[in-house]
Order: sequence, then C-alpha cells, then structure tokens
Amino acid sequence: MKTNAQTSVSICKQTLLAGLWRENPVFRLLLGMCPTLAVTAAVKPALTMGLCVIFVLLCSNIVVSLMRHLLKPHLRILMFTLTIATFVTIADLFLQAYFPTMSETLGPYVPLIIVNCIIICRAEACASKNGLAVSIIDALSMGAGFTLALCILASIREILSTGALWEIKIMPDIFTPWTAMRMPVGAFITLGLLLALVNAITVRKPKSAAQ
Amino acid sequence: MDTLTTLLLAFISIVLINNLVFTKFLGICPYLGVSGRIDMAFGMGLAVTFVVTLAGTLTFLLDHLILIPMNLEVTRYVCYILVIAGAVQLVEMYLRKFFPTLYDSFGIFLPLITTNCAILGLCLFINLWQIDNLLEAVVLSFGAGIGFTIAICIMAGIRENLDLADVPDALKGAPITLITAGLLSMAFMGFTGMIK
Repeated sequence: MKTNAQTSVSICKQTLLAGLWRENPVFRLLLGMCPTLAVTAAVKPALTMGLCVIFVLLCSNIVVSLMRHLLKPHLRILMFTLTIATFVTIADLFLQAYFPTMSETLGPYVPLIIVNCIIICRAEACASKNGLAVSIIDALSMGAGFTLALCILASIREILSTGALWEIKIMPDIFTPWTAMRMPVGAFITLGLLLALVNAITVRKPKSAAQ
Repeated sequence: MDTLTTLLLAFISIVLINNLVFTKFLGICPYLGVSGRIDMAFGMGLAVTFVVTLAGTLTFLLDHLILIPMNLEVTRYVCYILVIAGAVQLVEMYLRKFFPTLYDSFGIFLPLITTNCAILGLCLFINLWQIDNLLEAVVLSFGAGIGFTIAICIMAGIRENLDLADVPDALKGAPITLITAGLLSMAFMGFTGMIK
C-alpha cells in the first residue's frame, strides 16, 4: 500500500516537472506556436495569455478526465474542441468585462486558444487516459511551462524593443530600441535562437553525464 | 467598377500585406511541420485554400443570418468551430467519394486542417474587421488561402535547399526554420504601404 502511494507521488512529481522542462510545450514539443509568436511583444499580454491558457487547460482537462469513459473514439476530437470552445468563451467574456484594453490588445488570439494544439494534445494524451488528480497536475504543469516560455520570450523582446520590462524602464538612456523586435521578424528570430539555445543545453547534458 | 477595385485591393492586401503566416502568425504549426517538401506543401496549401474559402463564407452567412439577428453572439466561437469541423468532414467525404485520387494526395492533411489556426483565425478576422459584404468575405477567405499556399511553398523551396547546407548542430530543424521564416517575414514587410 505504501509503495503504491509512493509511486503515485512520484508520478505526480514527474508530471509536474515534465511540463516545465522535459516536455515543455513551447521549447521541446513545439506546440501552440501561433500565440507564442503573436502575443509576446510585451510581458503583460504574454502573461495574460498564459493565465488564460492555464485556465482553459485546467477546466478542459478536468471535464475531459471526468467524461473519459463516455467518449466515443470517432467523436472524441469534436467533444474536446467543443469543451475547449466553451471555456475559451468564458475566458474571453471575462477579459472583455474586466480588462477591456488587454482584450483589445490580444484581439483574436484569445478565441484562437480553441485551436491551440497544446490543449487538444493534453486532452488526448493525458486527460482522456488518466484520473482527475493526474489530469489536474498535468494541466497546471503544462500551463506553467507554456506561461514561463511565453514570459521569457516576451521579456527578451520587450527589453530590446522598448528598453523596458513590464513597462518600467530598465535600460540606460544610451540604449537605442530595436524596433524590429516588436515586428513579426523579432518574434520568429528570437524564438529560433531560444530553441537553438535549448537544443544546445540538452545536447550537452548527456555528454557531461557520460564523462 | 468601384466594388471591383475594393475587391482587388482586399485580395492583394490579404495575400501580400496581411499575409496570415508572416504577419498574423496563423497556421505556423503545419507551416513548420509539412513544409519539408514542395509537393506536399502545395497539396496542403490547396486543401487549406479550399476549406478556408468554404469556412469563411459559411461562418459569414451564419453570423449575419442567424447569430446577429437572434442575439446569439456569445455562442460565436462554439458555432464557428462546429462549422469548420463540419466543413472539413464534408470536404473529406465528398473528395473520398468523387475524387479518390485527389483524396489520396491530400492524405492526412484534411483532418489536420480542423485544428489549423489559419482557418478559425481568418473567420475571426473577418468578424473583427467588420466586413459586411458577402462578396468581400469570400474574396478575403480565398485570398487568405492563396497567401498561405504562397508562404508554405516558398518555405518548402528554401527548406529543400537547406538540407544541403551546413547548419550548426544546435540550429538544425525548427530553429533554422524559424529564423528563415523571420527573414521571409522581413521581406514581406516590404509590401506594407503598397496600398494606402
């Protein structure tokens, strides 16, 4: 009995860590690229987007996990999408009501969470096979990993494009803002270089372990 | 004449200036995934063009004939995604029955299109830009598909040659593709200002 509890704890721990680094949705799985690139011109919208995704992921994982025995194989993607669309509508209406300016900045990228591959991927790979607890932890961990990646990318782009972080000036006056970082170009190239960095780190790790 | 000019301008703007891939970041996943070979990229582009034209028109009609008159805008996203999934399913069944060779060449792309953000994104943009003319909505949807096809084919052409290039290990795969996409989007920025 004790070992059983221990294994379930270790499964939870593994799931928790997987989302943050080993299976980080943005850096390792390359999922959910559209919002990653589109909303990361500054940290505030990026964080809002991350929180929206965590909310939707959590709710859809809970619902999918609860109805996993009722799902028919050929209709399951449709069921996932409808569940997700419902929660995205809730998140979108909430943003419109309480943060109208933020809702305008994010524009159509909030409703586009519906087709964000991360959420469907987690519903398919985790929630439709596992119990409630694992699904919740998985949603939190994947959501946190996604938000973290978004914030890293957004801070780099915001510092270089405006010399500020969270709209607070941090660079000296002598710094010339790189306007290109605010454009789509900046998004593509920064993400490309970050992915290269992650690749370089993961390639080095097994080598140093072998030595 | 006036409407014709408007339609032409709308078409050019969605293909070049507001290209979904390079300026709105829509459809990046298939863009990174299947843009390895030029013939596959072209097939994917055609399939997307077909579905996006259908979905854009249908969601526009749904919005203006049912949702807005009946004050049901709250259910817009759920309805849109249902229409898109339904359109994809219809196209798939129709092609399998009447054009089996075309169906085989589209292969796995068709079901994938449901979760292609370019399609839902375009339907949302038509709504956001407050297009209230059916003809313009159809032209915009078709143009978006063409723009996607152009983007994915350019990329596939570059990637076929990239295989022969000596890329540093860490940059292989997705990173170099993203950087190439960045350079391409910079090139597409040159079209900004073409239409006032």
